[in-house]
Amino acid sequence: MTNTNDTDFAIDGHGDISVGVHGAGASGDGSASATRITPGNALRPEDIALEIQRGQVKPTEDVAEFALRIGDDGLILAQRLGYWISRAPELEEDIALGNIALDQLGHARSFLTYAGAAWGKSEDDLAYFRREHEFRSAHLFEQPNGDFAATIARQFIVSFYQYQLYTQLMESTDATIAAISAKAVKEVDYHRDHSAQWVLRLAGGTDESRARIIQGFKLVWPYVEELFEDDELTTRLAAAGVTVQPSSLRTEFDRLTGDIMAEAELEIPGVPQSLGGGRRGKHSEFLGYILAEMQVLAREHPGASW
Amino acid sequence: MASQNLQSVPAELSPEEQEREAAGQAYFDRIISEDSRIEPRDWMPAAYRKTLLRQISQHAHSEIIGMQPEANWITRAPSLKRKSILMAKVQDEAGHGLYLYSAAETLGQSRDQMMEDLIAGKARYSSIFNYPTISWADMGAIGWLVDGAAICNQVPLCRASYGPYGRAMVRICKEESFHQRQGFEILLELSNGTPAQKQMAQDAVNRWYAPSLMMFGPPDDDSPNSKQSMAWNIKRFSNDELRSRFVGMMVEQVRVLGLTLPDKDIRFNEETKKWEHGPLDWNEFKEVLAGRGPCNSQRVERRREAHESGAWVREAAVAYARKQAQKENAA
Repeated sequence: MTNTNDTDFAIDGHGDISVGVHGAGASGDGSASATRITPGNALRPEDIALEIQRGQVKPTEDVAEFALRIGDDGLILAQRLGYWISRAPELEEDIALGNIALDQLGHARSFLTYAGAAWGKSEDDLAYFRREHEFRSAHLFEQPNGDFAATIARQFIVSFYQYQLYTQLMESTDATIAAISAKAVKEVDYHRDHSAQWVLRLAGGTDESRARIIQGFKLVWPYVEELFEDDELTTRLAAAGVTVQPSSLRTEFDRLTGDIMAEAELEIPGVPQSLGGGRRGKHSEFLGYILAEMQVLAREHPGASW
Repeated sequence: MASQNLQSVPAELSPEEQEREAAGQAYFDRIISEDSRIEPRDWMPAAYRKTLLRQISQHAHSEIIGMQPEANWITRAPSLKRKSILMAKVQDEAGHGLYLYSAAETLGQSRDQMMEDLIAGKARYSSIFNYPTISWADMGAIGWLVDGAAICNQVPLCRASYGPYGRAMVRICKEESFHQRQGFEILLELSNGTPAQKQMAQDAVNRWYAPSLMMFGPPDDDSPNSKQSMAWNIKRFSNDELRSRFVGMMVEQVRVLGLTLPDKDIRFNEETKKWEHGPLDWNEFKEVLAGRGPCNSQRVERRREAHESGAWVREAAVAYARKQAQKENAA
């Protein structure tokens, strides 16, 4: 390849550059991303905020409560996963876990933006200025990263659960919930693939990796049941066709995760199920530290924009 | 050619091998004189290979170590949008590291070996990442100044004579341009924010300005390798030339930001038509390079920790792949 352009310094504005080589990025679609939805179809949190501003959408109180739950799940998990970036076992995993964190954060931003419309709050008001008991995430999402195996075990459960949930929510009678879920489900499908492959690799790799993934599942399995608990809110919303009862997702979750666990020759851990309570604002000790770190700067400068 | 000074043909080569070497050198010289590209399977002088391997691996290490000062703020980013952008940026840097390690591998060294050298403290990376990120505004200053300086350095590298390096740089430069823009945007928002935010922005610019100027390397009269790299069409402009252009760009942009550069001596020299800046503390540069910066040991230790505590995962992946291959062969 020879050079056909001498404009080494075609830099103007604050960062527009010409790289000086024609056909740059010819090795493939430069914008290709495993988890990117076709631009134009992608629903961004900013689009939802705009619809809210124009008065085109407003969730009911119930829908907002529900959006808060799944938004908080994604937000807290993104906060956990973000820690791996620059610490993963190999560069490919820095990228993969970073991507999953970004996807989760993206879903969270959309759901929180939508939820906030019920109370005149922004995604940032909700993320940075609520206290522990006001968060609605389930306990699984706040569990520590542990080692790579524990992170993979947590992600395996999360992604199979979210895949079932978002698949159902695509049919939601609430158009915004359906639209966010339609985008999210495609991304979560990749998360399923990523975590399932790692479960197989770790279980079938070395003695050490097998011992670690078994231990990883033991640590996170107590928090499975909470994900599938019905309550008054989900009962009302299921009747309205906004969502389905979480318990109805369980059979398919068990079947699909069971297939992978069987292939990996892993037992479902026989551990007691935790009482949970995250959906009612009852959390473990972990959440306080997560929030302390996440919120510190925003709270130092209340009202500032960034 | 200057490159021939570094070539010594060992006496024990057979006449056939000698002929091959001579033909290789002739091909290489022609490619360089035509300003075209050398590809991995082409003959190249040993010193050219060595220089490139050092430069590309150092560049890759800089991307990987450079993830740390910014990852430092992912969990504390003050808005979800900023958190999202920052995560994507640090993730891009891991990607840049990957392309560059791959480019370096085409010269005959494994990524594992390069990683070992980095952890053992045998390999260098850009000295600027040995400074701490102590405020959110540092995310802005790094994007604007550090990535800005990197772009000035790297855009000419898109035309580097070694094909895999040049092509990797094309993609990297595109992403770096986004990075610089987001840094600028962070500073602009802070500068137009509360007095405390504006102060935060100015403080960060004050701290990152001189180190970013030093990213271009020592002054030309103290940069012994530059001449050869330019003869090989790896490097296209001298350190001082690039530094001067960068200062000129920053002078314009800092006005838009409503901030100032901590340098009273910046001026445009009408005679030379070049931007000039005040004196830089090259002693500090050398100290940090020699391992005495604020974060040198912390940065390498983080990389070591991640690499070593991830060893069992990599071993598991290899063992699993081997077992799968055996199963397939048996079937």
